Amino acid sequence: MSIKGKAYVIGAYEHPLREIPDRSTAQVHMECALGAIADAGISKDDIDGYFCAGDAPGFGAMSMADYMGLKLRHMDSTETGGSSYIVHAGHAAEAIAAGKCKIALITLAGRPVGGRVGLGGPRAPGGGGGRPGGGPPGMQGGGINEVPEAGYENIWGGSTHNTYGMCAMRHMYEFGTTSEQLAWIKVAASHHAQWNEHAMLRQVVTVEEVLASPMIADPLHRMDCCVVSDGGGAVILASPEIAKSLKRPLVKVIGHGEAPKGPRGGQDLDLTYSGAVWSGPPAWAEAGITPADIKYASIYDSFTITVLMQLEDLGFCKKGEGGKFVADGNLISGVGKLPFNTDGGGLCNNHPTNRGGITKIIEAVRQLRGEAHPKVQVPSCDLAIAHGTGGSLGTRHGAGTLIMERE
Amino acid sequence: MSDVNERPAVTERRIPAPAQNLESKPFWDAATEGRFLIKRCTACGKAHWYPRTYCPFCSSGETKWEESPGEGVIYTYSVMHRNTPVPYAIGYVTLDEGVSLLTNFVDCELSSLRIGQRVKIKWTPTEGGPPVFTFTPA
Repeated sequence: MSIKGKAYVIGAYEHPLREIPDRSTAQVHMECALGAIADAGISKDDIDGYFCAGDAPGFGAMSMADYMGLKLRHMDSTETGGSSYIVHAGHAAEAIAAGKCKIALITLAGRPVGGRVGLGGPRAPGGGGGRPGGGPPGMQGGGINEVPEAGYENIWGGSTHNTYGMCAMRHMYEFGTTSEQLAWIKVAASHHAQWNEHAMLRQVVTVEEVLASPMIADPLHRMDCCVVSDGGGAVILASPEIAKSLKRPLVKVIGHGEAPKGPRGGQDLDLTYSGAVWSGPPAWAEAGITPADIKYASIYDSFTITVLMQLEDLGFCKKGEGGKFVADGNLISGVGKLPFNTDGGGLCNNHPTNRGGITKIIEAVRQLRGEAHPKVQVPSCDLAIAHGTGGSLGTRHGAGTLIMERE
Repeated sequence: MSDVNERPAVTERRIPAPAQNLESKPFWDAATEGRFLIKRCTACGKAHWYPRTYCPFCSSGETKWEESPGEGVIYTYSVMHRNTPVPYAIGYVTLDEGVSLLTNFVDCELSSLRIGQRVKIKWTPTEGGPPVFTFTPA
């Protein structure tokens, strides 16, 4: 497939100012976006793809998407310095050609001159202007002061533990989910990890042991939390022609979806669901299958609650019934209906540099190839899903869903 | 955990000075005077949090600062027990204006916090910055 003729530039806007000492960097991104939106004659709500680079304040595309109130199904924060936006235009055309989004917004903004005065100056705490934290000019969106939510949120001692804990607390309140049910997720992971010689935690644990482990951030116990580890991983994709010329089993990508979720203005805050409610449906539709068809699931397990919410949001069970779904070993390979994280996952195996997405793909590929450990290999595993949540479930996060098939 | 939960208050946790930029400065200037501001869009009428120049719902630039009494209910919370000198409670409050914000709960028994509980704003000093909007049971 080529992008030739598959995408058109419909709007463009250049900010008129050359020195902007009187507003935030996020605001200037928004002004550029609004200018291009007006030029195109569309509405902000028509935009479903967003692209930005290191000049955008915050975490990838997530802070700006939340600041602008964008609801997205495609995002990209590829960073190649000043050429990023040209690369983005190419990536946007690819995404449009592939049906991943219909209208893609690309923004660039920064204040290396105006940032020298006022609050965003380079000498301000936490960096600012063009050289925050000693990084290259134009990177990191002008430092922590320019991250639009930072002042209002970074002061509360938020950690991964307690922001995910807040989700678990609300899920329990609304649906009656229990700590025992969450513990079953860790128990299942430990049953798998016992067969993984590289896993950090290979001992099989019980629900009682999970509940007896120290409370870290209510209602999450230590054993509700993933490990902290070094490590890494890599994945290679190629065209069908190349894949078929090689000697490895054929694992085909058949569906994908992605979406950010944030408090988005603070109206209708609901921490009981994740971005998977938006990344899942397009992936299922593209693959032409349903959750009932899946033989193996890699589900990001930063915490037990992460797994439970994502299973609900992906449609493996109804909203609020995740607790019942994961209980009694339903996630244990050879025992339950949905074998998950057969490498032991983040809860027992590893969580390289606090980013578990790639190991989710890797174990799904092993399962589809029939190369998982024999004790956890799912028989005739021909359809698998790898799904992840990055950032924080309790504030801003990005969801990614990948469905693969053994050919 | 019960032994640490019974300690009153978390005011011992030192709160850093909040990051500020030119868009958020009016909020923090008002905070210094003990006034709690939220933003409301005059085009669509909706309040939003955190405050932005452009409405995150309708994109209008016609947003205005509005003083809030700072009262609402606990949407959710979590008490942090580990990796901290003193336990503290982080959570979301849904203000009576309908917007939810991230905060800390102070001057209370942390073990007594409940979802749905009414709370009100209490300004807490920071290290070298303006006071911040913590909440305490009403």
